[in-house]
Amino acid sequence: MNGGTGGRAEVRVVLPAHLRTLARVHGEVVVSVPGCLTQRALLDALESDFPVLGGTIRDRQTGKRRAFVRFYACEQDLSNNTPDAPLPPSVAAALASGAEPFLVVGAMAGG
Amino acid sequence: MTQVRVLAGTRKGAFMLTSDEKREKWSVSGPYFGGWEIYHLKGSPVNPNRIYASQNTGWFGQLIQRSDDGGLSWQPVGNDFSYAGGDPGTHLWYDGTPRPWEFKRIWHLEPSRTEAETVYAGGEDAALYKSVDGGVTWTELTGLRKHASAPQWQPGAGGLCVHTVILQEPRIYVAISAAGTFRSDDGGETWLPINHGLVSDGIPDTDAEVGHCVHHVEAHPTRPDTLFMQKHWDVMRSDDAGANWTEISGNLPTDFGFPIAVHPHEPDTIYVVPITSDSLHYPPDGRLRVWRSRTGGNQWDELSAGLPERDCYVNVYRDAMSVDTLGDAGIYFGTTGGQVYCSADSGDSWAPIARDLPAVLSVEVQVLP
Repeated sequence: MNGGTGGRAEVRVVLPAHLRTLARVHGEVVVSVPGCLTQRALLDALESDFPVLGGTIRDRQTGKRRAFVRFYACEQDLSNNTPDAPLPPSVAAALASGAEPFLVVGAMAGG
Repeated sequence: MTQVRVLAGTRKGAFMLTSDEKREKWSVSGPYFGGWEIYHLKGSPVNPNRIYASQNTGWFGQLIQRSDDGGLSWQPVGNDFSYAGGDPGTHLWYDGTPRPWEFKRIWHLEPSRTEAETVYAGGEDAALYKSVDGGVTWTELTGLRKHASAPQWQPGAGGLCVHTVILQEPRIYVAISAAGTFRSDDGGETWLPINHGLVSDGIPDTDAEVGHCVHHVEAHPTRPDTLFMQKHWDVMRSDDAGANWTEISGNLPTDFGFPIAVHPHEPDTIYVVPITSDSLHYPPDGRLRVWRSRTGGNQWDELSAGLPERDCYVNVYRDAMSVDTLGDAGIYFGTTGGQVYCSADSGDSWAPIARDLPAVLSVEVQVLP
């Protein structure tokens, strides 16, 4: 596990219902994130495990978070964090230890 | 036993309605992809059990689903609809300012009539894509988006979208809201605007080469050069592959509307659903009517048997009307109120075959041996 150093972190990810259906999973998934725990590294790992999610969370052309998708963890809104910035240490530690999941959420304004 | 299968895309999922050739008793299955907007589903003429569906939401964007068993099971295929060739440039926004091209959704899927793995997709912002591997990968046919007029295209109310794709390979027709109609004679490499004769009061130059809000275009397979168009206002006809258009609205109660359909066996029999106006998107006087011309336009007959006589304020979208190919031709349309109507006698009488679906965005029909 890691919180910003080397190695890999096994991170629990909670997907919204529509994306669980697409990925054909039930409940949480666990993704193995290499290197420093960033938003981009986590989502890259998620899309690597579930290619069908490509384009559904981040725009395929720009790589940016889709407007009506949010990222939460540890009761913090991480949606607007810089994708390549290390997650806040307390969040990274909680994710890496498995104490807290990373939440991908469909915004209330979407659809 | 012959089976008729209606593919209905709705605001909250896809549905399949099936019947035998009598088209009296229908079974409804679905929703497929519940909660997602299904702008369009269409089966391959080469392999009718190959069906494509365009699946989209504001949350999670665009997906394409494919079935190879007539809709019993589905697989997501490719959803990388990149604009080819680097910076896609700009078109005009509603306020007249330049706006970068940005992919939003696929409006229409058109499987090839001859190649089982080939399918075209019309997108928003306006672009035409082609797949030769059953939808797994998509390549933009850039000649359309890079047409010299494209930087001046502006979106219609629904967006800047390629919503009509007619294949007569290598000839392709497309229609774009609100740019107009275009024709390619070389498989999509180069494009010619074909809007001469269109007149639109909502644009500064009313008979401009481009800028018309074409709502839908259809052609009969046996008359490839004859096109029928429902424009924002006006019903139009061309007999020279779009080079010139003439108005055929005739005695219609209003010539605003969205869909237009051609009878499968009578190339001069056409159908429209008149809608009150551009701001009143419901039938005149609350009476839902299909109007049929057996003369290729100008002379229209009101078809009312079985359709709501009062208090009906639904709309019928551009891709929500279709025909089957049975001897007694079936005509179908879906409404924003969730009804799908069928006429098994070329429009003489109608009956709802589904009443309470989500708003219907598209209707396609397959006849299976």
